[in-house]
Amino acid sequence: MSDLSSDGATSRELPLEDLAAAIGAAVRGGMRFAGLFAIPEPPGGTRLRAMLAEPGGLPSIDALVPPGHHSYPAITPSVPAAAWYEREIRDLYGLHPSDHPRPDPLVLPRPADYPPPRPGAGEALPPLTVDSSPLPAHLVGPGVFTIAYGPVRSGVFESVEYLVETPGEEIPHLRSRVYHKHRGMERRFEGMPPEDGVLMAERAEGVASVAHATAFCQAVEDIAGVSIPRQAALVRSLHGELERVANHLDSVLRHTEAAGQAVAYSRMSYHKERVMRLRADLCSHRFGRGVVLPGGVSGPPLLRPGELEGAIGELEGALRRDLELLMSTPSFLDRLRGTGVIRVEKAAAHGALGPVGRGSGQAEDVRRSRPYAAYAELPLRTHHRDEGDVLARQHVRVEEIFSALDLARHAAWALEDAGEPPDGAWASPVDPEASGESTGWAEAPQGEVLYLVRLHQGRLSRAKPRSASFHNFALFPDAFPKDILTDFAFIEASFGISIAGVAG
Amino acid sequence: MPWISRGLRGGILTSRYPAQADGYGERWAGTIRLRHAGGGEARDSTGLAVACPTQAIAVTGDGLELDRGRCVVCGRCVTLRPDLVELDHATEVGSLARGDLVVSTGEQGDEDACAPLGAPGAAPGSLPGDDLARLRASLELRTRALRRSVHVRHVDAGSDGSEEWEIAALTNPVYDVQRLGIFFTASPKHADVLLVTGAATAGMIGPLRQTYEAMPSPKVVIAAGTDAVSGGLLAGGYATDGGIGSILPVDVWIPGSPPSPFSLLHGILLAVCLLPAAPGRNRSHDTRPALVPHQPGDPSATQGSPS
Repeated sequence: MSDLSSDGATSRELPLEDLAAAIGAAVRGGMRFAGLFAIPEPPGGTRLRAMLAEPGGLPSIDALVPPGHHSYPAITPSVPAAAWYEREIRDLYGLHPSDHPRPDPLVLPRPADYPPPRPGAGEALPPLTVDSSPLPAHLVGPGVFTIAYGPVRSGVFESVEYLVETPGEEIPHLRSRVYHKHRGMERRFEGMPPEDGVLMAERAEGVASVAHATAFCQAVEDIAGVSIPRQAALVRSLHGELERVANHLDSVLRHTEAAGQAVAYSRMSYHKERVMRLRADLCSHRFGRGVVLPGGVSGPPLLRPGELEGAIGELEGALRRDLELLMSTPSFLDRLRGTGVIRVEKAAAHGALGPVGRGSGQAEDVRRSRPYAAYAELPLRTHHRDEGDVLARQHVRVEEIFSALDLARHAAWALEDAGEPPDGAWASPVDPEASGESTGWAEAPQGEVLYLVRLHQGRLSRAKPRSASFHNFALFPDAFPKDILTDFAFIEASFGISIAGVAG
Repeated sequence: MPWISRGLRGGILTSRYPAQADGYGERWAGTIRLRHAGGGEARDSTGLAVACPTQAIAVTGDGLELDRGRCVVCGRCVTLRPDLVELDHATEVGSLARGDLVVSTGEQGDEDACAPLGAPGAAPGSLPGDDLARLRASLELRTRALRRSVHVRHVDAGSDGSEEWEIAALTNPVYDVQRLGIFFTASPKHADVLLVTGAATAGMIGPLRQTYEAMPSPKVVIAAGTDAVSGGLLAGGYATDGGIGSILPVDVWIPGSPPSPFSLLHGILLAVCLLPAAPGRNRSHDTRPALVPHQPGDPSATQGSPS
């Protein structure tokens, strides 16, 4: 399924000084910048890899930073979407992007004497200490003051620090720091066999466990040359779609909470609990963990097909009644309309992912452009809108809730027709000594997730998750300039970002 | 207007827990249980210890030892040796002592073998029954004033994000913790209980300490989730501590990856001594104290009692 990712013909290597120009030309030619990855090349060198998405493929451009070099010509001036990637690579690898317009620390303000962690290099690291003192203010002027928000938020949220600089109501300048939550995930993968690696992948962005595990396992399966049973592919799609429903409902209920719609909030949180319980009924885990394994899945859904269909139908009916009422409640919609606008051109230039992209005219959905799991055989409906505001993102999510439930139902039917896999094996054996490199992907509820995976004799030597949360977070401050403080919660909920997925 | 009737539709959705057992608590596994197989079968179980991704299982002289505080309930051990371990369909998995999360198939009921808490050479964290009772009594004394109005401040110290969902679920109509006098609060100055998730990342240690220090006494700390208890899969990484036990005096330890809403609710009720006296609901069947010491150097194991 991912023959394009490791196919030599679709990736090319260039001299380091030509890298930025080549990526710029590719993006101007219509390809989407999907991420910049660093891979250590012994002894002491670092390979930079830009991934570029086009319909049906994910070609890449590589360049090698030779040993002893600590800087390279920045890509951000020609492709602004690379800004956060270059800051991350600077923090984690100590490689300075020269001419980067804003190379502040992103992931990790390390003490001066702390070595770059260099994920993939396998060097031992001492425990880290960081300075978590608050950010200094940037804006000065009469009446301008600063609201420090986080890292300990008001309410049950993941830790992230926002600094809102405001003359009173408008938000002309928003800064954020996400590294408080940096867990050093990439280094923890290393040395693990793939069956442990998938447990890490499930926790890279815990609310999108199934999508992360699926993307990770696809990369492993591609390296080992394994194809998974059709039934396993259907189970992956089934769980992936229920995960989408739960995440989208989470976003919807946070909108209702911010709007003070008490009954709607109650109803939505009740529906979300029902989805979580259905997921647990299918696999004994409320987040679908333990389902996706390298080579396939752990087994069939634990509910009988009739029961599963009944549960999906009931859920769909209840959701349709409440969501239709919500999406015609003027006091709710007024808060969403025209708020937090990301213009279509901005989203296109950044390559915005998932519902954030689809609310701003970016129709791409990995389930369609690079089908994985069972999406090639399932009736996928995708939705996008052009307004780019919170309401457009909410519309996209509401429509996706119903198409996801429909996909889950079709996957259940197909599973019923397909019966047991040959020999009752829900997972194909994966060579325990496999070596190689590949990239896997999935359309998580937040958008496209990518996994760069390297195996050496059956052990992970590099695993890099790139969540849609990370990619989209760089757009977050751009949604504010026309909005006021009370819009903050709506814009944040509409981005649906998991900080765990950003901070790594 | 239509929302009023919508709110009434469906009747009461709320669980009766803890006054009555809730069947949902037994529908899926909250932790792993050791089966009481004889020593003979356990001797060839080294593979089990090797297979565990978080080293939660150890083979001891006379049996197996399982540290639920390290377990991420991946179920691999159950697939490998269903004769020795099984999924435990319990949600009341929290405990007042870190050592109490360590269970063993070794000699049973031989509590005299345990040195008294704090005595030289005592197993760090493991508690004989008397000491557990003493711990409970001291916690009860501290939290007596909180009973009918418990304010909880949550801090994410490096979670994977799923723990926050399960904590937020406590306010949905099914769990509805407000009915029990439990409220989430934004200000640490109003908080009685500090509910911490995540393995304590380097960047969150400072903010976590500040939050704790800003809380008025008496205060209670809960480590919510395997990451907060032991670091889980992240233990030993450069950017995280092995859980929050080396940073704050933890009163209640709740394993789980993530812990379910019922496990969290049980842990909060345990922290403020609000659990009804009648035992045995949604209860794990294997809660005898450990007889075998922790691995030396596990910082989370030394924080058994509140300061």
